[in-house]
Amino acid sequence: MTGPADVIFYVLAALTVGSAIFVATLPNIIYAAVALLFTFCGVAGLYVLVSADFLAATQVLVYVGGILVLIMFAVFLSNRISSVKLSNPVHFRLPAAAICLTLFGVLAYTAISPAFVLKQEITYQPTTARIGELLMTRYLLPFEVASVLLLAALIGAALLSRPDRPDIPRPDMEEPK
Amino acid sequence: MTLDKLLVIGAALFCCGLYTILTRRNAVAVLMGVELVLNAANINFVAFSHYVSQLIGGQIFAVFVIVLAAAEAAVALAIFLRMFATTGTVEVDMADHLKG
Repeated sequence: MTGPADVIFYVLAALTVGSAIFVATLPNIIYAAVALLFTFCGVAGLYVLVSADFLAATQVLVYVGGILVLIMFAVFLSNRISSVKLSNPVHFRLPAAAICLTLFGVLAYTAISPAFVLKQEITYQPTTARIGELLMTRYLLPFEVASVLLLAALIGAALLSRPDRPDIPRPDMEEPK
Repeated sequence: MTLDKLLVIGAALFCCGLYTILTRRNAVAVLMGVELVLNAANINFVAFSHYVSQLIGGQIFAVFVIVLAAAEAAVALAIFLRMFATTGTVEVDMADHLKG
């Protein structure tokens, strides 16, 4: 039974996994970041296919629009322009590949074994309203904790990345010798 | 398009992320591997929420994972910039100042 949804699913799966492999193997870190963009978009498409529309929009907004831009900034700001050696050295290739392939085998074997009791009827309906209701009722405490965490991350990142100024002492952050 | 295929995709993403974390020395590339691993976990959450659970809690959990990933990326970028200003490199095995 192959319909258009299956074809779309396989295309998205190939896009996601293929670009993830590029992220893992491309030596140039800029190319790896661009491949990560396609991975995130493919994951967003998979979310749409399993009726997680709100999550797909969040994925595009936060990952593609936010985290990937942050990663790009990190790449550009942390490499010397004079030494255009953006490729990064790679170590322990063979043991890491052996570990990852073994782990993938185990995980895939577990995934295809019929160990999970599936739902009888699978429904496709918009989830945004339900997620909003649940965030305001049942998951209110994690929601508020997440907001405090974001505030803490904001302050911490701003404090860490501010430039050094000699007139402002920073006794809490000694530079390593 | 069934549960097992989605789980296999999640496993493949996880292994790619693990390989990236294990092999790269550039801290930004390691961060990209961590994002891959988080995405793999999110795919599993959403897949189980769609095919197994009657509730929508998996999607809520995935939303929180995305929030954590955003906060982590911001703080990690700040740490990388500070590390680059201090040591002139962002390679993870150069950050051994705390080693006795």
